[in-house]
Amino acid sequence: MTSTVTTLTGRGIPLTGNDIDTDRIIPARFLKCVTFDGLGAHAFEDDRIQRQGEHPFDQPQYQGAEVLVVNRNFGCGSSREHAPQAIAKWGIKALIGESFAEIFFGNCVAMGIPCLTASEADVKALQGAIATNPQRTVTVDLTTMTATCDDLSIPLHMGDGPRQMFLSGSWDATGQLVAQADQIRTTAANLPYTRWSA
Amino acid sequence: MSHGTLFDKVWALHTVGTLPSGQTQLFIGLHLIHEVTSPQAFAMLRERQLSVMFPERTVATVDHIVPTDSQARPFGDSLAEAMMQELETNCADYGIRFYNIGSGSQGIVHVIAPEQGLTQPGMTIACGDSHTSTHGAFGAIAFGIGTSQVRDVLASQTLALAKLKVRKVEVNGTLKPGVYAKDVILHIIRKLGVKGGVGYAYEFAGTTFERMSMEERMTVCNMSIEGGARCGYVNPDAVTFEYLRGRDAAPKAADWEKAVGWWTCLRSDPDAEYDDVVVFQAEDIEPTVTWGITPGQGIGISETVPVAAEMPPEEQVIAEEAYQYMDLAAGTPIKGTPVDVCFVGSCTNGRISDLREAATVAKGRHVAAGITAFVVPGSERVKQQAEAEGLDKIFEAAGFEWRNAGCSMCLAMNPDKLVGRQISASSSNRNFKGRQGSSSGRTLLMSPAMVVAAAVTGQVTDVRELL
Repeated sequence: MTSTVTTLTGRGIPLTGNDIDTDRIIPARFLKCVTFDGLGAHAFEDDRIQRQGEHPFDQPQYQGAEVLVVNRNFGCGSSREHAPQAIAKWGIKALIGESFAEIFFGNCVAMGIPCLTASEADVKALQGAIATNPQRTVTVDLTTMTATCDDLSIPLHMGDGPRQMFLSGSWDATGQLVAQADQIRTTAANLPYTRWSA
Repeated sequence: MSHGTLFDKVWALHTVGTLPSGQTQLFIGLHLIHEVTSPQAFAMLRERQLSVMFPERTVATVDHIVPTDSQARPFGDSLAEAMMQELETNCADYGIRFYNIGSGSQGIVHVIAPEQGLTQPGMTIACGDSHTSTHGAFGAIAFGIGTSQVRDVLASQTLALAKLKVRKVEVNGTLKPGVYAKDVILHIIRKLGVKGGVGYAYEFAGTTFERMSMEERMTVCNMSIEGGARCGYVNPDAVTFEYLRGRDAAPKAADWEKAVGWWTCLRSDPDAEYDDVVVFQAEDIEPTVTWGITPGQGIGISETVPVAAEMPPEEQVIAEEAYQYMDLAAGTPIKGTPVDVCFVGSCTNGRISDLREAATVAKGRHVAAGITAFVVPGSERVKQQAEAEGLDKIFEAAGFEWRNAGCSMCLAMNPDKLVGRQISASSSNRNFKGRQGSSSGRTLLMSPAMVVAAAVTGQVTDVRELL
């Protein structure tokens, strides 16, 4: 059901700023839905309105970009998967940042979207390189853990667990989890609270 | 690597095995769902022809989209009505217990599970909502998840996770009058930062937390996520056990004694090892108010809006963004800032003790001219209890609107929203740009008592002057 994620090549889009929360990525009014369809059009909607065409998601040079490069603590706040879904449906296939909020990162893993971290200096250098020449592609390589853009090459980081899930194609964990049904029932039966009467 | 903490023990007991990726497959003892983050998860189950492995371990309610004034069905908002129907259908199809509006037990998911005794020490608890950290107040390992993970829990009652580090956040001493649990957590987030907790579970320890009621501990744990920590917990003790005794889902008869024994064993050992320890003193904490656009941008009520140049470099950009968005200048006292809307409620501060504190300040006073003020109980049970105590009458006499249970203006997925550039004094948990429903609306986070103080004076006020 799932496929391996090893390397990705696409044009980059820099989005600067620390602590960009999921309410900004997808405002709550767009959570009134029973599917994730159509969220891409509303990614960063209020920020985009405020910046009147100057938001990277609206700038012509970044249309069609696939690698989003962000700064510190990206995706903090609400657990809404609608946030990474909106970004993915806009066209993003991988993120590079100084750091990611934990739930956002986990949601991205479950969707097959790698979030890689790099040092502040390297992230800023990559954002600069993309802004200077938006038509150049960025290659994200999970085997060598590097991102390259022209002559810039930066080291990337990701925990071993999630990295293996991408490389082995097991980022969609459901099948693996369900396959352990017997073990799950044993673990449950050994927990005292599953046997108490309420 | 932590060792001997409650987190380590509960993690080990719930470990099903190690996945090929090296991650832990963790059993989830209690799964809570609501209307916003579950419909797509059920759709994925249907698409893959998977069933719900432990339907009795999932409990549903409706909270985010619920109107807090008229709750007649169908809802006026057709999108909200569609979400409601989706949840009703999914719960019926998969045999999941659902506390619907009018059941007497509906409410904010993080209010109803504790009040029914569903939340217990030593459990792992997951919910598609970041404020699931609330349940850690009982000594549970509780955290928010996204929709794909909701699917995984429904299908397998487990999650693929990497173990967190454990930071002991110790606060000792006695809080001064007018300083509440909300001020303690706002102070901690201010000091440790909004990303300080990423990769950590926070263990809240020390005499200040030991003396807190369960509801106060819930307020603290609720906002762990605002400090970046996916979960926060307090070791279970006599306060925890007394709160749970006799509640609907709490263990009964002979099982009660067994439960207390087991819960006690799970407490962090006296010689437990932590990945990090930080210590604060309760007497240093003032009533705290946020001035910016992250929950870490907080200051004591007697302080002035901080100057960017005096901050660490990584905080300067967002500070500049905050001055502009909030229209507050560096160096300005936060006290005296005029407000438009005052909101008491939310999973942080919508419990009966919060309403009692708020009513204490409201009694005999009146909401200032031009201010909209409303009180939203966290659950139908909280509402009933408050009415039995006459709190609704105190609020109404003081000019507050008294509403039905729901998330209300915390996140504005329902009709309760800020308009334009309105500024709110809010007992909720997030002051992000646009959070309360207007893309230019502004939020000042504070304790419920401070919200009432702002409502009756029309401006940010030190509640200690009114006590």
